[in-house]
Amino acid sequence: MAAASEFMNNVQDTPLTIAGKRYHSRLLVGSGKYKDLEETRLATEASGAEIITVAIRRTNIGQNPDEPSLLEVISPEKYTLLPNTAGCFTAQDAVRTCRLARELLDGHNLVKLEVLGDEKTLFPDVTATLEAAEILVKDDFDVMVYTNDDPLIAKRLEELGCAAVMPLAAPIGSGLGIRNPYNILTIVENANVPILVDAGVGTASDAAVAMELGCDGILMNTAIAAAQHPVLMASAMKKAIEGGREAFLAGRMPRKRFASASSPIDGIIA
Amino acid sequence: MEIVLNGESHTLPADCNLERLITDLQLTGKRLAVELNQEIVPRSQFTDTRLKSGDHIEIVHAIGGG
Repeated sequence: MAAASEFMNNVQDTPLTIAGKRYHSRLLVGSGKYKDLEETRLATEASGAEIITVAIRRTNIGQNPDEPSLLEVISPEKYTLLPNTAGCFTAQDAVRTCRLARELLDGHNLVKLEVLGDEKTLFPDVTATLEAAEILVKDDFDVMVYTNDDPLIAKRLEELGCAAVMPLAAPIGSGLGIRNPYNILTIVENANVPILVDAGVGTASDAAVAMELGCDGILMNTAIAAAQHPVLMASAMKKAIEGGREAFLAGRMPRKRFASASSPIDGIIA
Repeated sequence: MEIVLNGESHTLPADCNLERLITDLQLTGKRLAVELNQEIVPRSQFTDTRLKSGDHIEIVHAIGGG
């Protein structure tokens, strides 16, 4: 009799592959909003994530030179760093930030592109995003691009040569969950590059829902960092993503309006 | 001479190169990237990059972000 584990090995998932590199974890995490670097380190470790986003900002001139830096706890030797263009409101600023990031990380060319259009919603400026994506792809960057949940724009970004397309599920930092699952589903079904939900996940069940839709992965930050216990939430997200992925591969049962007994009718004593 | 460093006015001795500025700021050996008048300056060129009055310099590093 075959063991369940043996059976599971036969239905093994193909790993997430971004720009030719394979990853075991489908959870990508941000490194912002933590209480301190120690919490960042612990939550990142608990998440099992291999790709970690970082922001590129001006060095504080005159600050204590011995102050520990993020890259000491999230080291480029251990993790794949994903510099983002968060806070950029023009294509030009986003492209500049990516070029600085590439210099900072010794030629590493994987970047997360986001060009924001509005401070209140942090929704992407889609036309500026398309413009920046085109420039960056031509400049040999591997671009993981944050966008809205518009299937046509997602396809357009793929056609421009982006390495992964990352639609929002809800506004950045809102924790509102997967607000438009049908659009996410359409984006996933149309795609030939990895689709990762970026932004909007609030708790583990949201992550599972996104994975059950067939997303290749999820990028999150606030859902972990703003939890009461970030390290525990990081672990919960890891499990939810694994569970959601397996459920997607397993294929869920059809929904029925009325009941269907799980125990046989025959042999009831009454 | 006066330059603009990370958006702020900054005074430098005359005849200063980028390497000297980085040293004076106690940033030697730190992981950073530098832009001079919106052009990236590779680390290998810091010594050969002479600064002049009115230059705009950006020095950036990686911090936590999502």
